[in-house]
Amino acid sequence: MTLHVDIPEETLARILAKAFRNRSFLIGLVITALVAAVAVLSYLWTPYDVTKLVISDKTQSPSLAHWFGTDHFGRDILSMIMVGARNSIAVALVAVGIGMGVGVPFGAFAAARGGLIDEVLMRMNDLVFAFPALLSAIMITAIFGPGAINAIIAIGIFNIPVFARVARAGALAIWPREFILAARAAGKGSTLITIEHILPNIATLLLVQGTIQFALGILAEAGLSYVGLGAQPPMPSWGRMLFDAQTRMVVAPWMAIFPGMAIVATVLGLNLLGDGIADILDPKSRRQR
Amino acid sequence: MTAYLLKRLIIALATLVLASMVVFAVLEIIPGDPARLMLGLNASADQVEVLRNQMGLNAPLALRYLHWAGGLLSLDFGRSYTYSVPVIDLVRERVVVSLPLALIALALSTIIAIPVGLYSASRRGQAGDTIAMGATQFGVAVPNFWFALMLIYLFAVWLRLVPAGGFPGWSAGVWPALKSLLLPSVALALPQAAILARVARSALIEVLNEDYIRTARAKGLPYRAVLWRHALRNAMIPVLTILGLQFAFLLAGTIIIENVFYLPGLGRLVFQAITQRDLIVVESVVMLLVAAVIAVNLIVDLSYAVVDPRLRSRQ
Repeated sequence: MTLHVDIPEETLARILAKAFRNRSFLIGLVITALVAAVAVLSYLWTPYDVTKLVISDKTQSPSLAHWFGTDHFGRDILSMIMVGARNSIAVALVAVGIGMGVGVPFGAFAAARGGLIDEVLMRMNDLVFAFPALLSAIMITAIFGPGAINAIIAIGIFNIPVFARVARAGALAIWPREFILAARAAGKGSTLITIEHILPNIATLLLVQGTIQFALGILAEAGLSYVGLGAQPPMPSWGRMLFDAQTRMVVAPWMAIFPGMAIVATVLGLNLLGDGIADILDPKSRRQR
Repeated sequence: MTAYLLKRLIIALATLVLASMVVFAVLEIIPGDPARLMLGLNASADQVEVLRNQMGLNAPLALRYLHWAGGLLSLDFGRSYTYSVPVIDLVRERVVVSLPLALIALALSTIIAIPVGLYSASRRGQAGDTIAMGATQFGVAVPNFWFALMLIYLFAVWLRLVPAGGFPGWSAGVWPALKSLLLPSVALALPQAAILARVARSALIEVLNEDYIRTARAKGLPYRAVLWRHALRNAMIPVLTILGLQFAFLLAGTIIIENVFYLPGLGRLVFQAITQRDLIVVESVVMLLVAAVIAVNLIVDLSYAVVDPRLRSRQ
């Protein structure tokens, strides 16, 4: 199978060289890698056990023993943030997977066929778009009750039209190109052309959108678990920690400050990473964003 | 022009009908019998059956959908299971909190974002632009409910300038009511403003590279006039698109923010309804918000035609 990717002049070495000069890529990469490393580390080791309640240590301010303080059950905030990272990453990642897995084939198919099929698919897209993730989550929770799975489904559904749009727009820009015409002349059908030529050429766009949706997914998951529609206790989640902190702002502001900073850092890292990738692989796309 | 408007209108209506079917279908597949729920576990099967007939639950599916959808059109959403009052009364009470909150936030976000976008675009690559864009990068990453908590800590707990939450009602006077909406709307607006400013900046930069901008400058128009009259107007399409999308996010955002500030809006209503399994209320509020999102997107589509004369002359 021969793949035609539209950036053939750029060798891997040149792309890497550009990557190491790109500030937002580097900062984003470091932050994202750090968050991922913390999540992985939490499986092996956390400073304290997050399932053990030590009431005598409750709402302690940050100290050497507890860097980020403790919550109202005496649990170590730092340890909870570490374990919470798993939940945030898992929910957002699977939601991006759902959005890409369903949305990209839809969008690419719509672009390949055009006409009525395109119109119908894009209108279905409009329909899903009318339900913000929070509203879907509310409905799903109303049926099945709250839980992390619902958060994944709700955010995933919301991601589908986003990826469908990006894939369709990207594919529509590739279809009129000469090498597609050549592939057609060689007798390839539209499905084969989509797989062999369209998808590799819109991979950059999808990767960039993927990091953006990943970041939005982290924010959405935090919002859902904050209002009790996401991960349920005792599983620590960043949103839930903020909910617990809300009524204790006066006595223990650190309970709110640190989980929030974890969210901001993660989302910031992913956004910078996405900007950086867009900039390195396709300098033109940055202008359009 | 007329064809364009008509097409958008038909699409919006079709989306609305489909959305109502989705919401209705969700109500249908929810386990549990509303009649049984209202009467409690001790009710006899006969009593439940009588109430089911009364509530029209035994009618065929299509008929029930038409009845429900027809009710929506005349603003009859049915009765709340727990409050035993028409849902529309509950909604009417709450919407006077949520809607002003979303609108104030939208206005705030626009007022902040457009000047920042203009400033950054006209100083592209300079220190001011870098600082402004760095700030928006942070703004995009901040969850609005966490930002709200920090605002409460700073302005309500520490400085004691505004109430930390609650809503006195519009009957208590416009100023006290507005005052309690101040922090929530700032918390909602700033993260949105960061996104909008970034979009406005890149749209403006795109436009500023166009030939007609150079022409306008060449014929001696001052830079400021070019920026506001020519550039901003032409950059409006992407800005309007994002504004429409943001309204959807703001409406969803009010649901969460209301819970931070204990505001008696639609968001509080819907969460109370979820815990009490008052599904008709959940469904009605979701349907209302979806309708609002569709309506706003239609308005955005229509406003393209106002902003962009090229769309008006086109078929």
